[in-house]
Amino acid sequence: MNQNIGVVVFPGSNCEKDAMEALADLGATPLLLWHADSDLQGVDAVVIPGGFAHGDYLRPGAIARFSPAMEAIIDFAHNGGPVLGICNGFQVLTEAGLLPGALQKNAGLKFLCKEVELQVESTNSVLTNMTSKGQTLRIPINHFEGNFTCTDETLIELQSQDQIILTYRENPNGSMANIAGICNTTRNVVGLMPHPERACHTLLGSTDGRILLESFIQGAHAAV
Amino acid sequence: MVYDACVEVKLREGIADPQGSTIEKATDNLGFAGITNVRVGKCIRFQVEAGDEEEAKNIVSELCDRFLTNPVIEEAVIEIQVVG
Repeated sequence: MNQNIGVVVFPGSNCEKDAMEALADLGATPLLLWHADSDLQGVDAVVIPGGFAHGDYLRPGAIARFSPAMEAIIDFAHNGGPVLGICNGFQVLTEAGLLPGALQKNAGLKFLCKEVELQVESTNSVLTNMTSKGQTLRIPINHFEGNFTCTDETLIELQSQDQIILTYRENPNGSMANIAGICNTTRNVVGLMPHPERACHTLLGSTDGRILLESFIQGAHAAV
Repeated sequence: MVYDACVEVKLREGIADPQGSTIEKATDNLGFAGITNVRVGKCIRFQVEAGDEEEAKNIVSELCDRFLTNPVIEEAVIEIQVVG
């Protein structure tokens, strides 16, 4: 299962190497995609990694969202291509309109860097299809603006359409409905604040991120 | 014509403002009684070239919708003035 997975780099991204390392360890072939290049090089799936694209100026993801690579990724996603946004990548996907809602400053105004327990709410997404509903995953978070916010109508839609895929067992940042990760209505675009790529090796304290990235690689295979 | 634009980006009503509530608590601690409803936004100033004020407003308004605000949580108050 040798899937080519593009990892997008913006000025200020800082988790692209972690993502590539984890994807390669799971048998995929990761390659870097520069944000200013609109050619996605025929990849089977795209990961938008964590970091501080364009310094998070204006709003996290607000400037990155207009990169040539993002315009191509929006088309790719609309054609069913698997897209995963991790942390800053999640923020970019909401700014791009590929996922609903927005990520606000954490309720406690603290930068949070710790391992948290997540609960799988839906297995019907490109990131969670190998997990079991109700399963607990220990995965680190590392963010200042991870407080998921949306209108009441959007929250009802997310709930009724089974788009909330991961929640926090103990809400660290004030996110509505304890939301840690969501998917779009066609289940191929996913965003989450926690970092599965940092929980792929026993040396890092948890391997619970592997099943998520394995699902994603599998999804890339299915989408081809 | 060149116009001075000032865009105040603020959180929509009903959206929690962690910065605002933290500042509000601090005003209490400093002994300023009766400071309430603290909300933090940002102000973006720039100049815009347009045929008239109406056109300038339209340009800035579109810029706000597409880029300067995130309509999920924010809204903009626009002020336009001829550079003088």
